[in-house]
Amino acid sequence: MEIVLAIGIGVFAGSGVWLLLRPRTYQVIIGLSLISYAVNLFIFSMGRLKVGAPPILPGPGVGDPATMADPTPQALVLTAIVIGFAMTALFLVLLLAARGLTGTDHVNGRED
Amino acid sequence: MSNGQLLLLALLLPFAGSALAAFLPTHARNAAGFMAGAIAVAGCGLIVLMYGSVAHGEPVRLVLEWLPMLGINVSLRLDGLAWLFALLIFGIGALVVLYARYYMSAEDPVPRFFSFLLAFMGAMLGVVLSGNLVQIVFFWELTSLFSFLLIGYWHHTAAARDGARMALTVTGAGGLCLLVGVLLIGRIVGSYELDEVLNAGGLIRSSPLYVPVVVLVLLGAFTKSAQFPFHFWLPHAMAAPTPVSAYLHSATMVKAGIFLMTRLWPVLAGTDTWFYLVVPAGLITLLVGAYSAIFQQDLKGLLAYSTISHLGLITLLLGLGSPLSAVAAIFHTVNHAIFKASLFMAAGIIDHETGTRDLRKLSGLFRYMPFTATLAMVAAAAMAGTPLLNGFLSKEMFFAEAVENHTGSLLDDSLPYWATLAGIFSVTYSLRFITGVFFGPPPTDLPRMPHEPPHWMRFPIEFLVLICLLIGIVPSYTVGPLLANAARAVIGPDLPYYSLAIWHGLTWALVMSIIAMIGGVALFLGLRTYLDSGVEGPPLVRELKGQRIFERMLVVISWQLARTLERALGSRRLQPQLRIVVVVALLAAVSPLWLRGMVADGTLPLTAFDPAFALLWAVGAGCAIAAAWQAKFHRFAALVLLGGAGLVSSITFAWLSAPDLALTQLLVEMVTTVLLLLGLRWLPKRIEETYPTSPPPSVLVRRYADLAIATFVGIGIAIISYAMMTRPLGESVSRYFVERAYIGGGGTNVVNVILVDFRGFDTLGEVVVLCLVGLTVYALLRRFRPALESIEAPEQQRLQDEYDEAAPDRTPGDTVADYLWIPRLVMQWLFPVIATFAVYLFMRGHDLPGGGFAAGITLSIAFIVQYMAAGTRWVEDHLRVLPLRWMGFGLLIAGATGAGSWWFGYPFLTTHARYLDWPIVGKFPVASALMFDLGIFAVVVGATVLMLVALAHQSLRRTRSSRTAEGD
Repeated sequence: MEIVLAIGIGVFAGSGVWLLLRPRTYQVIIGLSLISYAVNLFIFSMGRLKVGAPPILPGPGVGDPATMADPTPQALVLTAIVIGFAMTALFLVLLLAARGLTGTDHVNGRED
Repeated sequence: MSNGQLLLLALLLPFAGSALAAFLPTHARNAAGFMAGAIAVAGCGLIVLMYGSVAHGEPVRLVLEWLPMLGINVSLRLDGLAWLFALLIFGIGALVVLYARYYMSAEDPVPRFFSFLLAFMGAMLGVVLSGNLVQIVFFWELTSLFSFLLIGYWHHTAAARDGARMALTVTGAGGLCLLVGVLLIGRIVGSYELDEVLNAGGLIRSSPLYVPVVVLVLLGAFTKSAQFPFHFWLPHAMAAPTPVSAYLHSATMVKAGIFLMTRLWPVLAGTDTWFYLVVPAGLITLLVGAYSAIFQQDLKGLLAYSTISHLGLITLLLGLGSPLSAVAAIFHTVNHAIFKASLFMAAGIIDHETGTRDLRKLSGLFRYMPFTATLAMVAAAAMAGTPLLNGFLSKEMFFAEAVENHTGSLLDDSLPYWATLAGIFSVTYSLRFITGVFFGPPPTDLPRMPHEPPHWMRFPIEFLVLICLLIGIVPSYTVGPLLANAARAVIGPDLPYYSLAIWHGLTWALVMSIIAMIGGVALFLGLRTYLDSGVEGPPLVRELKGQRIFERMLVVISWQLARTLERALGSRRLQPQLRIVVVVALLAAVSPLWLRGMVADGTLPLTAFDPAFALLWAVGAGCAIAAAWQAKFHRFAALVLLGGAGLVSSITFAWLSAPDLALTQLLVEMVTTVLLLLGLRWLPKRIEETYPTSPPPSVLVRRYADLAIATFVGIGIAIISYAMMTRPLGESVSRYFVERAYIGGGGTNVVNVILVDFRGFDTLGEVVVLCLVGLTVYALLRRFRPALESIEAPEQQRLQDEYDEAAPDRTPGDTVADYLWIPRLVMQWLFPVIATFAVYLFMRGHDLPGGGFAAGITLSIAFIVQYMAAGTRWVEDHLRVLPLRWMGFGLLIAGATGAGSWWFGYPFLTTHARYLDWPIVGKFPVASALMFDLGIFAVVVGATVLMLVALAHQSLRRTRSSRTAEGD
């Protein structure tokens, strides 16, 4: 599982970086989204992989960390997902506004 | 009030007045003037009140702790020297305020002028009264700043702007040097407190850092006091209103440098380094200033250069290092302040009453303003060093000190000759000032008919000239004790013998004075024809202009160098910048692996391999690569593929024990897709291939380079991820979270408890970010101007409308209205279902997967579905969403919940949890965290809906605007 997820994260990140370096703003947005998937998964995987052990206590009382997945990276990633959506929205609107101003969707603000 | 508190009051008064004056109406000239005058007079009174304790030799102190661990306190200290300077600052300040009230025109924003002037007064007082070196530097820089504002007061003239900028650059740069010097002193002494520094003279002089300290401190003092070669800013500062010149160049600003050198004189002076750095600078300044003053055609220019020359004289005296010369320096500082302030004011009156300051136009004014002329003549005589006036006494002391032997070097031996020469020059320029302005034939082409100024405008000059006379005639009864107090503060309790008498018998100093008088008159008569020819600037050094060099340097540094660097290192294009960022990040990540060896395998046992998971990721990787491939020409396909990649990561979260993440990711995936779909409509049509056959080699190289970078990044991240995942996880804060989630936070869903309880403050910050982004998107779209070719209706819509128009029984819009009836109804009916689901997610969030974030996005999806089903108009006719209210309400609840814990005496965002038995619902957790989560929920709903609706509205706005265009 680890090797699969690691390669998966690598592919997401690599595809994202390729798009990040492309000239069209839409490509950059898709690239940023892919990079944010990769980063979210990467941070999540810092808690190590566990199958079938969600960080939910079986009942009232003191929890045992050994029996469940690490909750901290999950909490970090949860807000990151929502903020990631907000950033995508902001970039999208920026690119639309930039296109209206410069007349092009090239990231450099002019065709060249 | 204790003396220390009075001192603080004296320091704060001008700043308070400044703030007050800034809020007065623009033309409240009298009110501002009256207030400024009252403050200056009150300050004078306070300082005089403290004379008693200062005269006993014990400084008045006040220490307020500020950063005690760094040894930095707010520390005030008033000894004899500071007292004398403070009196000058307040005293001359009061006279300048009175003068300025008449000088400033009613059209100028005079309250602003007084606001700056008071602030400057306060800053200057701060320099003088500070008992701490760092604090001195702080106020020192404030004087630079406020003098900038004062010099540039008439900012509509280029000369004022240039002069102000030059003064700020030069003195501000000097201030930075001074700061470093002061920090070095603090390092040597171990304290910045003036009391301790002044007692550590031997330690500082024997330190290996002594030379850097002296050089840095002197750079600060020389730039401020306009010493050669930094003197050039002072004449340009004459673009300021004359009251400012009278203040800055007599008692304050330039005297700050002198004050600093005097203040640190007991610590730094007396060595060869000091002598050979200070004396030549002072001497050159004295001679160059006096020489240049003779040839000025501008009245204020003449006074400016004479100021430079007198500052050089004082600096020279301080450089000599003998106690008696220090006394002379202090004495001359006072005298110069008094006569120079009155001369500037006289020059201002002449300018004010005649409309010009040009010596070539002015002449014979005595017959029009005899009273002012007499006053100016007395002050000028004091400047020239005529007996019975204050300037004579300190100049005699200077001459006597010049004759004394200090180091026995050639420079020291030649001093009497230079001193006499400078004396001759000063007599000459004083004569020129007087005869040029007041004598000779009546003026011919003056802009205004000259006459005497209002009495109160002249009063400051009368007062100052009276003091000149009093000091000059009965020095020991007037300035004597004050001078002795100040001198004791500098050279210690045992003063050397000096006598403040007019007649000391026939000494060398008297002989030099006589030579200077006769020589000065002779030189003036000799130069008369040359001066009358009206040539601007001094011969020989006319071409050598400090200002030119300064401006040239500024251009080179701030323009050419910056441009070169920008060309070499910068780019306005985003692509290369991003490439650099990525490559640098890559190198930074690779270098440790390179240096330490690359070991990917860890010791942690691997999780059991599942082929289904591998298949899942084969799909995910395929989606990502295909999205990367298609994003340029097939945006919609790329969007679908991106959704596929998001889905894969959502399933991965679910698979690997993160149900909350899986849920949130899935929901966010939906809104992201809707968002980007809305955006697609405003993007340009599919781009034609720029290179129909094959791209040029440069483009190919760039693409392959990018491909290589992307591949390396991907491989690198994969390796790092694998290396991390296969290493055992150390002890982390998670243990605490898991153990305390229920007993401390009252919930069994640890992730949710972390979000709303343990790390609630982070979450609050994040929802604030969400709000800000939502508002930014909203604001950007309100002023949205789409690209021209995107404005008209999209092709599909046009086709539909054409079809509708062609059919006789249809009106445009019917096709859209008829579209997908059954799904639309289903979607509309889904609203309560989705909303209930959102409530369900929210309620169970504290114990099971769900929570405010997920519930918020779910509810926003419910709204979006309505928009998609029935169109914007229908939804807004039936449902008022008001996303801004949701956001505000959410932030308010979250903040109030956090603040509520203050009520019970706990820190911000402490939560309280308990279970309650509710009817029907059953046992249900009620934690204050639930309220906080409610806030999050509301913010997420509001922000998400706001962004999506704002974007969706754009199509509506377009039709509306084009409709009005058609209507016209």
